[in-house]
Amino acid sequence: MRGYHDVGGLSLGPIDKDQHDYALWEKRVDAMLVLLANKGLITTDELRLGIETLGADVYERLGYYERWIASITRALVDRGVITTDELGRRMADVGRRAQEPS
Amino acid sequence: MTPRFKPGDAVTVRRAYPPGHIRTPHYIRGKSGVVERICGSFANPEELAYGRNGLPAQPLYRVRFTQGQVWPDYTGTAGDSLDIEIYEHWIEPASGATDAR
Repeated sequence: MRGYHDVGGLSLGPIDKDQHDYALWEKRVDAMLVLLANKGLITTDELRLGIETLGADVYERLGYYERWIASITRALVDRGVITTDELGRRMADVGRRAQEPS
Repeated sequence: MTPRFKPGDAVTVRRAYPPGHIRTPHYIRGKSGVVERICGSFANPEELAYGRNGLPAQPLYRVRFTQGQVWPDYTGTAGDSLDIEIYEHWIEPASGATDAR
């Protein structure tokens, strides 16, 4: 079988070669992966496998670092580093904080 | 692991299509090239992806292919080449070549 990410040689049109600045959250996702890998909590190969198993629809819809954070999240839950309950509660906290007037 | 191949050996990429995390691009499977260099031995990423240790380390080769052989409709300069790094378990002696193990 051919993975949906394994597109070498397929006709997908021209490549967008425009550069863009990274958003702060993208830099944070990148840094998070480095820190987790240094602590032995994830490997690049787990990150890639996670991206390759997001499903073709999600893969197409998400941006580069969105794929990373989706994969990192799943790897950390799989390994027991965080639980979905902890994650859900923290996301709700952050969501509330974002609503508060600063 | 002692590398099975050495620079200059003609090799063919296995025609295998398993599911799972694979580091050998789909388009190069079944194609033949020549070992350009041995890059060293590394834990197998196809095992690391599942949280295992990937040992014994697998020799990794840089294999050189001719663009015209990889892409039937290639219109670039004759002799253009393409280098791909491929783990040992993905390559075999090219058909007709002797495997000097």
